[in-house]
Formats: sequence, C-alpha cells, structure tokens
Amino acid sequence: MSKAVRFAPLALLVLLVAALVWRLATPVDTNVHSKLEGRPVPVFALAPALPTKATVSSSDLATGRPRLVNIFASWCVPCVTEVRLLEQLRRKGIAIDGIAIRDRPEDLAEFLARNGDPYERIGSDPQSQVQIALGSSGVPESFIVDGKGIIRYQHIGPIEQADVPTVMATLEQAR
Amino acid sequence: MIAEAGLAALWLAAGLAAYQLVLMLLALRTDVEVVRPMRAVAVVQGALTMIAFAMLLLVFARSDMSVALVFENSHSAKPFIYKVAGAWGNHEGSMLMWVTILAVAGALLALFSRRTGERTLIAALGSQALLALGFYAFLLIASNPFARLSPAAPDGQGLNPLLQDPGLAFHPPTLYLGYVGLSVAFSLAVGALLTGEVDSRLARAMRPWVLGAWILLTLGITAGSYWAYYELGWGGYWFWDPVENASLMPWLAATALLHSINVLASRGALKAWTMMLAVIAFSMSMVGTFLVRSGILTSVHAFAIDPERGTFLLALLAIYVGAAFTLFALRGATLKEGAPFELVSRETGLVINNLLLSVILGIVFLGTLYPLFVEAISGEKLSVGAPYFNSVAGPLALFLAVLVGIGPLLSWRRERRRVFGLLKVPALLAATALAITIILAPGIGILPRLGLTIAAFLAAASVLPLVVRNPLRAPLATWGMVIAHFGIAVALIGMAANAAFSAETLAIAKPGETLNVGPWFVQLKDVTPTAGKNYTALEAELRASRGDGMIVLNPQTHYYSDPPTETNESAIRTVWNGQLYTVLGRSDPSGGWQLRLWWKPFVTLIWAGGALIAFGGALALLGRLWRIRRPRRARGEWHRKGYA
Repeated sequence: MSKAVRFAPLALLVLLVAALVWRLATPVDTNVHSKLEGRPVPVFALAPALPTKATVSSSDLATGRPRLVNIFASWCVPCVTEVRLLEQLRRKGIAIDGIAIRDRPEDLAEFLARNGDPYERIGSDPQSQVQIALGSSGVPESFIVDGKGIIRYQHIGPIEQADVPTVMATLEQAR
Repeated sequence: MIAEAGLAALWLAAGLAAYQLVLMLLALRTDVEVVRPMRAVAVVQGALTMIAFAMLLLVFARSDMSVALVFENSHSAKPFIYKVAGAWGNHEGSMLMWVTILAVAGALLALFSRRTGERTLIAALGSQALLALGFYAFLLIASNPFARLSPAAPDGQGLNPLLQDPGLAFHPPTLYLGYVGLSVAFSLAVGALLTGEVDSRLARAMRPWVLGAWILLTLGITAGSYWAYYELGWGGYWFWDPVENASLMPWLAATALLHSINVLASRGALKAWTMMLAVIAFSMSMVGTFLVRSGILTSVHAFAIDPERGTFLLALLAIYVGAAFTLFALRGATLKEGAPFELVSRETGLVINNLLLSVILGIVFLGTLYPLFVEAISGEKLSVGAPYFNSVAGPLALFLAVLVGIGPLLSWRRERRRVFGLLKVPALLAATALAITIILAPGIGILPRLGLTIAAFLAAASVLPLVVRNPLRAPLATWGMVIAHFGIAVALIGMAANAAFSAETLAIAKPGETLNVGPWFVQLKDVTPTAGKNYTALEAELRASRGDGMIVLNPQTHYYSDPPTETNESAIRTVWNGQLYTVLGRSDPSGGWQLRLWWKPFVTLIWAGGALIAFGGALALLGRLWRIRRPRRARGEWHRKGYA
C-alpha cells in the first residue's frame, strides 16, 4: 500500500471536518425570502369582505406605521389556530389587516364570531388576484409592511407561537 | 437525592475511564501486569453508567419536576410508558444512553473476550476508555442530564402528543445499540493496529460484535422506515433524508465489514482493508450522531441547533477518527497480506461485494454532504434528492444482489467444481420472471423490471447452499446467511413491485363520490368531526371495494392546540397482495375534501425482508457464539468444501 493511499482517509476527514466547522459557524437560514421584500406593495383595491367592516387597499398600507397583512380564509383549517394567535398580537398593539381568499360573507362572519376578530380591515379577494400579485402561493400567509408601504417580510404558513419573536422583531425594525 | 446519585455515578465512571486509560499507557511502557485490573475497572465503569441511567429513568418515572430535564420533556399526565421513554427522547438523556451503551459494551468486552491476544485486549480496552472519556466530558461539561431546577416547577412542559408513539419510543435505542456496538470493532481494530496482531483470531473476536450491531442497525432502519411510512402520510418508505442516510451509512459499512471479516477469519487475508472498515463503520456512527444531534442538515427530523454542543461533538469526532486514521496510515504498511487466492474464488466474490458496498456508501455520503460542500465553496444552495440516489446507487445495488446469489456457492482460494451449473434453476426462474413482466407489464421502468428479475434469481440462488448438502447438518451460521440473503430477495420484490405497480390518486371528492385507485373503488361516505383526549379531529369514512366485499377505512386529520399542530393519520388496510393507503387532506371551498389514495402492491414485503435479514443475522450470531463455547466441534466437511 502506497503512502498516498494510507493517508487518503485522513485527508478526506480533514475536508469533512472543515466543511462541518464552516456549517457550524454559519448556520442555515431556513426562511424563504420573498422577491418582493424591499419593494412597495402592488397597487390594489378590494371590495369589502363584510358589509360591517372596512375594506383594505394598497393606500391603507402606507400610513406611517408598520402593519401585518394576513392572507386567510374561513375554509382554511390552520387559520383557526392562527387567528387566535393574531388576536393576542392585536392586544399587544399590532395593526392587522386581512385579505380573505375565495370566501363568502356568511362563512367569514361565522368564522370571526367563533374564533375572534383581530382585523382592522378585511378585503375580499374572490379570485385570488391580489394574493397572486403579492407573490403568495397559499393560505395562510402574512406580510409585514412598513409605514411607507414597503414589504419587509413574508411569512409562509400559519404564524405559530415560535414565530412570534421574529414577527415582533421585524415589526420593530419596520417602525 | 436520586439525581445527585446519578451525577455522582457518572463522575465516578469518568474517573475510572481515566484510570483505565492510564493502565493501558502503563502497559505499553512497562511490564506491569494490568489485564486483570483493567478488566475489573471496565466492568465497574459499565455498572456505574447503568446506575446513572437507572437514576435518570427513575426521576422521569417519578415525574420529579425539580430536575430541569424532566420539567422540559415530561408531564405528570403522560402515560407511564412515555414518561420512561421520555428519558431518552431528548438530547441529554439520549447522550447518557449513548455513553451507557458504550461503557457496557466495554465491560462485556472485558468480561468475555478470551480470543484476542492479551496485549491487543489491553489496547482495545484503553481505546474504549478513551472513547468513553470524551463522551463523559461532553455530558458533564456541556449536557448534564441531572441539572436541578430551583425552585421546582409545578408540572412539566413536555406533553407534545406527536412524540407519544411506540415507534418513536423504541426506534432510537435500537439504532443506538447498533451504532455504539460498532465501537467495540473500532477499539479492537485500533488495539490490533497498535500491537500489530491483525490476524484471524482478532477477526473471530470482532465478528460477534459486528454481527450484533449489524442486526440492531438492520432492525432499527426497518422499523424507522415503517414508522415514516405510516406516520408521515406521504406513502413512501424511504426519503433519502439526511437523518435516514445517517443510519444507512453505518449499516453499509457494517455490512461490508461483516463480509470482509469472514475473509480475515478464514483466510487471514484483507487485513488492512478490514481494519479500515472497522474504523470507518464506527466513524459513520459518530458522523450520524453528530448530524442528528447538531441539527446542521435540514431534514424532517427537526432538532434544535446548538452550536456549542455541535462543536464539542465535532471535536470528539475529529480527534477519534483522526487518531485512528493516523494510526492506520502509520501502521498500515506493516500489515502482511495473508494467503493468496485465484480469480474465481469466494475471496474474489467478497472483495467485489466490499467494493460495491463501499461505492454505494460513498454515493450516499457524497449525496448527503454535497449540498454542504457546494454552499461552503460557492454560496449556492441546493438539495440532492431521491432521483440521484436511486439512479446512481440503484444499478449497483442490483448488481450486488446478483452477486449475493453466486458468492456463497464459491469455495475459498480456488473454485474447481462446476458451481455455475447449480445456477441453472435460478437463471431459468429469472428469465421466466423477465418474460412475465414484459408480457403483462410492458410499460414499467427498467430498474423495477430488473429488480423483479434479479429478485427471482436471488430467491432461488440464495437457498442453494442448503439444498446442495443435507440442510439439517448445515451449521446455524449457514442457515442464518441463507435466510438473510433470501430476505434481500424478499425486500427487493417489495421495492420493485412498489416502484412498478403503485397507483396513486389525488383528488377532491364530495361525500357520496367514488374514486378509483388501482383495482379499488373508494367511496367517500362522509366526513365527521370527532374528538380525542387532547385533540379534535375530522374523520372520513371511506368504503373501499375491489369486487370481493367492502372494507371501511377511517383516515383522520388531528388538530392539537398545545402546541398548535395538525397531523394526518393515515388509514392503511393490508391485504394479502398489498396495502391500500388513504389520507384525508384539507377541505375545499366547494364542499369537497382532498383525498390521497395509494394502492401499493406487495409493499409489506419490504419490511418483511428487512425482518428476515435481521433474523438471519441473529441465527448466525447464535451459531457463532455456540461455536465459541464449543470450539472443537462442527469442523467437518462443510468447512473444507467452503459452504460455511
């Protein structure tokens, strides 16, 4: 056995350990970053989702204070647990607007009556057009928009207890 | 007091491990008689770790909320069995279990090893002590399982319902026993490299350990595969997930070692290679433990990332594997290869077996870590998925399966008989299988078709070593080998049939509608809400029929509120020729429900094959241990003719 062959495993180990050290030093970022982050919200105006509640349009999102825009639906099961968490966020003073996807007013009213209503305004997006313009592919998703109407953060899937620190920190930065 | 007793036992064990190491260094330099005290120290050290682990089980069983680990991972309302299993369902507890197995394995080596030379045993026990010492330091410095919580909490936080599953409770210990069992092979190899006593005696001493670890790894991987299959609701049995690969890599290395060790035991050949494999097999176990425990690779097994612990484990890995590789580089050249062999011989067969297994191991290793290397160099993120592994490792595995049918028929050194004549029947069966698949299923892929053909060949060829002689007089180890090789054929049929003939339907159905999957017609009767102990659920009633009576399946979706989680509970019905697998998905605004239906012909054979492979291993282990007790018996015709 030549010297090169005998030392090859050692060389491979050094490579492996170097790569693993690098990984430990630079942890993986598992968040999916939206291409729209850092860009203004696309211009839209939605019909009201409920007769009793104001609707949301892109001009409502540039009011000088950061807002959380939640894409949801009454027929979406994970939204049930998420909306309860959003209610807690609202009590902490966070402004939340909703965009209801492919929903019906009576279903929506029942959903909010049963699970709580954290939304200042809700717009109805019956054909998912605004959802697509925002670059959202599913329900629920959430966007953090700063006071100038710039998208700062996109959260895919329901916001869970573990995500609250990230969401709060991003809102703080967007101030 | 219980927690303090456990911690004290752990410190004492660490002290004894240090003493054991000193004794070994003493033996290398002087003529002091150390083997008896070393054996005693190793046994006491093993007993102390068992006491520490028992103390941990006790605080978990008593739900002692003044222990931080219990508070974080348990709850007084948990079923008793999950309270106990919770002891190793977390980082600290699982590392304590790791080191307990390591020390107990060292104790058993000290108690029962009579076959190796005395100096090699001393060196091996020293190596085992050095391994244990690192992990004691890891526990005592960076992950103390017995840390107190002051003041004690009223109740714990660990009521996560997802972790309350018998599969999850017993799958990790099985794998750990396999991982750590390989440490003895590692230590024996290191010991033999130090003393230069790499011979057939060493191979026979190492073999039961490798066999035992390999059986447990086989069982652990098979059980883990079935758990993922029924629990994740994705209908697959293997996902090439990094954590799955972390258990597959030690298995591949151990399988290669298991075969090369036979060459060393019987013929005194492949010395350097076998020592290398023994080092690699345990190194892969440590790489696996590191990947899982540091959480650095993204996977469905989401473990928290902890840089400090990750760094500690990586340092241990680098030191141990680096030292063993350095030893190999320095001493490898002095190893003299044993008896020569000709091209057509059992040795050649086993060399090809080892090459193929090593290449497959390399493929899995590269595929698992390639994204990491690429990102480190170019910053680009990518992932390597099943298509790479299947298309690169698949053909090699099939080639290996052919060889499994032929190899055991060859005799050592040089084949003079006409063994290939024996293979007429298996070859004929394979040709028939190929013809049948071409006529009945012309459209299936090349790999599944070859898989079915080769499985037919192997099923027949694997039993030939018993058929050609009186099977009742065959040694138990030969029976074990035959059953394990037959198990490969069984698993291969399951995999190939599953790849070729699975049918999948993903559709939205309204109550009353009927969907078709494979030969089945499945009607969605209704979806009704129901409630469990700590969850609410939606349950579908499905009525399935393929013309011979109706069966009812009830897949569910569970919603847990604490923590908010949603799980799909698949409903699976096993019939003689496969499984009908159903999953209830989300509701649709139109009033329909997403349904995922699979018909998976012969899929159960995959796990049945895995169980057969492990059972064959167990028979071989029994046979070997029996022979160790009665060394002079059963050395007749079988050995000269090369069937054992």
